[in-house]
Amino acid sequence: MALLEVKDLQVRVEDREILHGLSLTVNPGEVHAIMGPNGSGKSTLSHVIAGKPGYEVTGGQILFRGEDLLEMEPDERAAKGVFLAFQYPVEIPGVATMNFLRTALNAQRKARGESEYSTPDFLKKVREVSKSLNIPQDMLKRGVNVGFSGGEKKRNEILQMALFEPSLCILDEMDSGLDIDALRIAADGVNALRSLERAMVVITHYQRLLNYIVPDYVHVMAKGSVVKTGGKELALQLEESGYAQFEDA
Amino acid sequence: MPAVQETVDRVRRIDVDQYRYGFETLIESEKAPKGLSEDIVRFISEKKNEPAWMLEWRLEAYRRWLTMTEPTWARVHYPKIDYQDLYYYAAPKPKKTLSSIDEIDPEILKTYEKLGIPLREVAILEGVEPPPGGEPSEQRKIAVDAVFDSVSVATTFQKELKKAGVIFMPISEAIREHPELVRKYLGSVVPTSDNFFATLNSAVFSDGSFVYVPPGVRCPMELSTYFRINERNTGQFERTLIIADKGSYVSYLEGCTAPQRDENQLHAAVVELIALDDAEIKYSTVQNWYPGNSEGLGGIFNFVTKRGDCRGANSKISWTQVETGSAITWKYPSCILRGDNSRGEFYSIAISNGYQQVDSGTKMIHLGKNTSSRIISKGIAAGKSQNTYRGLVTAHRKATGARNYTACDSLLIGDKCGAHTVPYVEAKNSSATFEHEATTSKISEDVLFYCVQRGLSQEEAVGLVVNGFVKDVLQQLPMEFAVEAQKLISISLEGSVG
Ligand SMILES: Nc1ncnc2c1ncn2[C@@H]1O[C@H](COP(=O)(O)OP(=O)(O)OP(=O)(O)O)[C@@H](O)[C@H]1O
Ligand SMILES: [Mg+2]
Repeated sequence: MALLEVKDLQVRVEDREILHGLSLTVNPGEVHAIMGPNGSGKSTLSHVIAGKPGYEVTGGQILFRGEDLLEMEPDERAAKGVFLAFQYPVEIPGVATMNFLRTALNAQRKARGESEYSTPDFLKKVREVSKSLNIPQDMLKRGVNVGFSGGEKKRNEILQMALFEPSLCILDEMDSGLDIDALRIAADGVNALRSLERAMVVITHYQRLLNYIVPDYVHVMAKGSVVKTGGKELALQLEESGYAQFEDA
Repeated sequence: MPAVQETVDRVRRIDVDQYRYGFETLIESEKAPKGLSEDIVRFISEKKNEPAWMLEWRLEAYRRWLTMTEPTWARVHYPKIDYQDLYYYAAPKPKKTLSSIDEIDPEILKTYEKLGIPLREVAILEGVEPPPGGEPSEQRKIAVDAVFDSVSVATTFQKELKKAGVIFMPISEAIREHPELVRKYLGSVVPTSDNFFATLNSAVFSDGSFVYVPPGVRCPMELSTYFRINERNTGQFERTLIIADKGSYVSYLEGCTAPQRDENQLHAAVVELIALDDAEIKYSTVQNWYPGNSEGLGGIFNFVTKRGDCRGANSKISWTQVETGSAITWKYPSCILRGDNSRGEFYSIAISNGYQQVDSGTKMIHLGKNTSSRIISKGIAAGKSQNTYRGLVTAHRKATGARNYTACDSLLIGDKCGAHTVPYVEAKNSSATFEHEATTSKISEDVLFYCVQRGLSQEEAVGLVVNGFVKDVLQQLPMEFAVEAQKLISISLEGSVG
C-alpha cells in the first residue's frame, strides 16, 4: 500500500485557489524531490498534508496508509508518523529545547499507546542524535529556536525528525540558509534515516541538495499542480533550462 | 479568516468552568447580623476580645470610611455593591476551645485536605500536596496559617518557629499577645485613611496573619497563609502584617480559593510589610479565588491593598504574584523605597479568561538614595476578559541615583479579549534612570501549529507557550509553589483538558 496518496487535491486560501488538482503517490522507502518556482504551492502542499489551519480543501483526497488524513487532527497525524521540517521554523521563548523535545516525543508516544521514555533513556537518545548532527548540548538548553542561526534552526528540525522517527518526512527547503558543511551534515542526518519503511519528500530549489540526498523521483510543480515527473536527472535538466517552459504551459 | 476562526473556536472552549475548588463546606457558623454600623465594628472587636485601643482604631477607620467614595479610576466595571447587604463576620462555630489540631471541626480539616493544604505538621516535597505515595522530605517544611471565612482555624509549626524567635500567628492573637508590636506597625504602611477599601478593611478586618522575624534571624521555613471564603454573602477582610527586623529574612506565601456561587463576593484585604535595615521579605501570592462562570456570573471581587515599606537601609522587598482567579482584581502590591540602597521587586503573572477583569500592577516609590526597583509583568488575556497593567514609578527629589527597570508583556489568546498597559513615570531628580519596555502580542498561530505538528494537542500547545511566556516570573516563586502555579496556569487556560 502506498504510504501517501494525494489525489486531485484542490486547496483554497482566502478565496484564492492555490492548488488545482494536485496528485502525488509516495511509497515506503522512496525519496521524492519537489522543485518549482517561488509561489507554485510547494509549502502549501506540505502544510495541508500536516494539517495547518487556514487552508480550505475544496476537492480531492489525501490518504496516509489508506486512511483519510484530512479527517485527522494535526497532532494525530504527527503521532501517526507525519513529520514536516518547516521552511521557517518558529521560536518559542521560555520553552527549553530539551523540554520541548521530551514533551513532544512523549505526547506522540502516548497517543500511540506506547510508554513514555524514562529520563536517562531520553537523554541518551538526544545526546546520540545531537552529536551526529553536530548540535552542541548547550543549544538544547536554550528556548526552542530562540536566537538560533538560520542553519541551527534547520539542524534542530533534523534533530527532531531523527528523534521522532516518523514514517513520512517532508522537508521544506531544509537547504536554505545552510553553509556547505552544515548542508552535508544535515544531509547525512537525513540519509541516515532513509530506510525501507520510511519515505521522504524533499522540497528544494537547488539541484545541489539532491547530490547529497539522491531522490528516486523528481516532480516539477508550477502554478499549483505537478507538471512533470522524472528521475534524478530531471533536476539537472531544470538547472540548465529553468522553469520558464512549465510556467507558460 | 479560517486560521483565526480556528483559534476563536478553541478559545470558546477555553472557559473558566473548570474551577476545581468550588465546593462548599457545610458547617454551622456564627455570623454577625447583616450590614455595617458602629455596632458591627464593636461586635467584631468584642468577638476577638480586643483591647480598647484596637476598637478605637477600628471605629476611627469606620467613621473615616463613611466620608469616602469608592474609586472608579480602574478599568473595571461591576454592579454597585450594597455594603449594607453583606455579612462582615462569619466564623465556624467552635465546639469548644481548641488546644490541638485534632479538635478542629473534621469538615474543615476535610476542606483543607481537599484543597491540598497540610494542616498537620508534615514536611512536603513538591507542590502543596505531598506526591502520591511519596515520602515527605525532611528538609522542606512549610508553616501554614489557615483562615476560614473570618477566623484563623489553625497555625502549624508555631512551636518550632518560636524556637527561632519567629512569631507567626493569627493577627487576632497577636493583638492580644504582642500589642506593642502590632500597635507600632499596624497602619504604618497602609494608613487607615489610605483608600476606600483599605479603610473599610481597617474597620472590619477579621483575621489574617502576623509575622515578626527578630534581628539577624533567617526564618527557618516558608510561611504561608491559606485563605478560604466559605459563607455566602460574606465579605472577607483579612489583614496581614509582616515585620522583618534588622538583618532578617522571611519568605511568605498566600493562597486563596472560594466556593462556586452565582453571586459576587467581596474580598478586601490589606497587607503591610516592613523591612528594617538589611532585612529581606519575599512575598508570593497564588490567587485563585472563584472567577465566576463562563457567562460571567458570580466570582470574587478582589479589591486588595498591599504595600511594603523598605524602611531600613539596604532592605529588600519582593512581591511575586500569580493571579488566575477572581471576577475582578484590583490590586497594586507596592514598595516604598525609603531606606538608602533599598530594593523593590514586583513579578507578576495575571491571567484573565471568561469575563474576568484584571486591573493590577505596582507602585515603586523611590525616596532614599541609590534605591532600585524592578518590575516584570506578564499579562495573559483569553476569552472575553480585560487585562490591564497599571504601574507607577516615581523618584523623589532626594532619591538620587534611583533606578528602575520595567518590562510589561501581554499575550492575547483570541480576539475578544483586551490587554492594556498604563505606566506612569515621574522623576523629580535628574539622576534617576528609568527604563520601560512593553510588548503586546497575540498567541501565534504559527507557533501553535509548530507544537501541534510535533504531536502536542492544541491545549497542550497553548499551555506550553504560555508557560514559556511567564517563565521569568515563575522562577521567582519558591520551588514548591512554582510547580503548583504552573499547573494552575494550564488549568486556567485549558478548556477541555485537566
Ligand atoms: N495564508 C495565505 N494567504 C494568502 N495567500 C497565501 C497564503 N499562503 C500561501 N499563499 C499564496 O499561495 C501561493 C503558494 O505559496 P507557497 O508558500 O505554497 O509557495 P512555495 O512554492 O512554497 O514558494 P517558495 O518557493 O517561495 O517557498 C503564493 O502565491 C502565496 O502567496
Ligand atoms: Mg515554500
